[in-house]
Amino acid sequence: MPISFAVTEAARVARDHFHEMARAHMRPLSRKYDDLEHELPREWVDWYWKEGRGSGPLVPGPGDGMVQVCMQAEELCWGDAGLYLRMPFAGLGGSAVAAAGTKEQKERFLSVFQADGPPAWGAMAITEPGAGSDSAAIETTATLDGDEWVLNGTKIFCTGGEGASTAPGGFVVVWATVDKSAGRGGIKAFVVPAGTPGMTLVGLEKKLGIRASDTATLRFEGCRIPTANLLGSAEVKRGSKSGDKGFKGAMATFDASRPIVAAMAVGVGRAALDCLKEELAREGVVVRYDVAPTAQTALERDVIQMEAELQAARLLTWRAAAMMNRGRPNNLEASMAKAKAGLAVTKITQKAVEWLGPRGYSKQLLVEKWMRDAKINDIYEGTQQINLLIVARRILDYSSSMLR
Amino acid sequence: MVETVRQFAANEIRPRARAAEEAKQPADDAIAAAHALGLVANALPSAFGGGGERSAVLGALVAEELAWGDLATALAILSPALLAFPLADHGSAAQQAAHLPRFAGGSFVPGALALVEPAFGADPFRPRTQAKRDGAHYVLEGEKCLVPWLAGGETVLVFADEGGEAQGFLVPRDAAGLTATPEAYMGIQALPTVGLTLAGVRVPAEARLGEAEGSDLAGLIARGRVALAALGVGVARAAFEVARDYAKEREAFGTKIAQKQAIAFLLAQMAIEIDGARLLAWEAAWRLDQGEHALREATLALDQVRRIGLDVTDGAVQVLGGHGYIRDYLPELLLRNARGFASFEALALV
Repeated sequence: MPISFAVTEAARVARDHFHEMARAHMRPLSRKYDDLEHELPREWVDWYWKEGRGSGPLVPGPGDGMVQVCMQAEELCWGDAGLYLRMPFAGLGGSAVAAAGTKEQKERFLSVFQADGPPAWGAMAITEPGAGSDSAAIETTATLDGDEWVLNGTKIFCTGGEGASTAPGGFVVVWATVDKSAGRGGIKAFVVPAGTPGMTLVGLEKKLGIRASDTATLRFEGCRIPTANLLGSAEVKRGSKSGDKGFKGAMATFDASRPIVAAMAVGVGRAALDCLKEELAREGVVVRYDVAPTAQTALERDVIQMEAELQAARLLTWRAAAMMNRGRPNNLEASMAKAKAGLAVTKITQKAVEWLGPRGYSKQLLVEKWMRDAKINDIYEGTQQINLLIVARRILDYSSSMLR
Repeated sequence: MVETVRQFAANEIRPRARAAEEAKQPADDAIAAAHALGLVANALPSAFGGGGERSAVLGALVAEELAWGDLATALAILSPALLAFPLADHGSAAQQAAHLPRFAGGSFVPGALALVEPAFGADPFRPRTQAKRDGAHYVLEGEKCLVPWLAGGETVLVFADEGGEAQGFLVPRDAAGLTATPEAYMGIQALPTVGLTLAGVRVPAEARLGEAEGSDLAGLIARGRVALAALGVGVARAAFEVARDYAKEREAFGTKIAQKQAIAFLLAQMAIEIDGARLLAWEAAWRLDQGEHALREATLALDQVRRIGLDVTDGAVQVLGGHGYIRDYLPELLLRNARGFASFEALALV
């Protein structure tokens, strides 16, 4: 495979399309729905469902065209990361169904996102009050009762959880254990359709950023779903090795989602960097690439570093995505991209606020919002530290018991 | 090709690196053997005996592998390009015919490029060295440093300011008024370098690179920054691998130190930064191969390498602890070499 950084004409067209969508339909609403926090961004949701959804060359989801999916995520998060997460789409729940579902399940759960009904959302519920990064420690249970699974437990930090649990047509993919004694081997994913009795939306988190995104707490009390809603096999694999294998299968969803989250981070970082450069241009400040380091201003040094960091994050992201396209294992590269992008963009947006001074800190500009939005990228879909742990295990060729 | 160079670096360069550094002498055997691989000659125009396969991407790949073996030796091996590539890119037909065939010959001929200046605040894009036209001649006045000066070279390409524009001049090493003083640096000690004093050095008007057309210093610096970025990635990768292997062997408190997150995370960060910097270097190289000027991309790549190269090599010293500080192990040498990238410009070209 020759080394190439060529962007195909199709990808360029797609990128321009989503950039324009972001500019025209997201940016004008950014401040409003950051301020309104939990309110449904009705203009955006309706426009996207009616006009935006079918207009693009691609819809979000893993598989072919993963690099383009990342480009799309970057463009839309350049527009607004909170609104991106609130758009009516299958989201991470959809990724799980696409990755682990049968043909029948995909048809049953995903077709709504191509249909003409009211807007629908998909979401994934993993985190619990007592189990975050250590997802093997989840305590939500699934008990078989005849031809139904009965779910009991509480899920927090469920992105898109309000829409997915309440709006008809959508669903929440819930991780639960069918046998706590089996450890990881007992953890399975269940599709819970919106409105299923026993699934309650308890509340929405008030957050530092991505305030337009509905981060939900969901309670499951005797929540019954058909056995046909289990993703993958019901068989509990015991023994650390085979049990691990099943768990790893579930974790593989992250290999697809982490590059997308990394791309989302890059979009937010680029928004801040673009804004800084525009403000500088307005003031007649030019960043010079052709002067001695001793002649560079502190500002120039910072801007060049921010550009290099952003591009390094983007290229690591595209590499992880391109490997997935080619069917190559990308677990290491996906975590590298996520770790790099999450941290780089956190720093880039913080620097942009710093350099723009009181205006950067003020709500006149969106930079302060992007700094708040950026930080989540170093936390969700695996924190910086979890991704470093994964990278470390890979480069050291250590199992999870060798490097805990 | 890259696999060949990788093995060459492991078998011929790395084993000689420490001795060459300590002796402050180039590893001549390795340099001669590398010439036989045609690493520079393959990229020269076929009209002058070269292979006609110039590629910045390939150049970057080769540079990383060589520098993984040893930076000083890599710079020596690639030094012919310091003259040959600017001649191929900008030289007049007469200049190319006069100089290029030597570099495609059977034996190693070093090149030399004088761009960096020692004064504080010196700017590679705006040399303080002056070139003044005097009838059919140019007269050069100024100071240069960090000029690779391997035995057997005849010509040095000197960049100077000519009426507000930077231009290159082909100067014989034995020109009257040219004084070369051997230098000693913190690192790359196996690479002979000199400081040059140019005091009324007269060269014929035809010695100006590109003659009437002139040349493009910014373009040359972009090619230098890509080469340096790739070399720096090689240095960083060497440090990472030494640290990783050591951490998997060394025991403390009953486990390998690599099993401690403090060490494991440092190694993970090194790996991430190396891959990110490499992709920046490759992208800039790829843009050069597409015919783009790519100064911005090359600058971003080198800027990143200047930071992460130091972080990674420093991290390797830290992982090895006291062993990282002694000269029995590589990390201290790699740290010294990495620090040089802050000062390097056009010490190699793609």
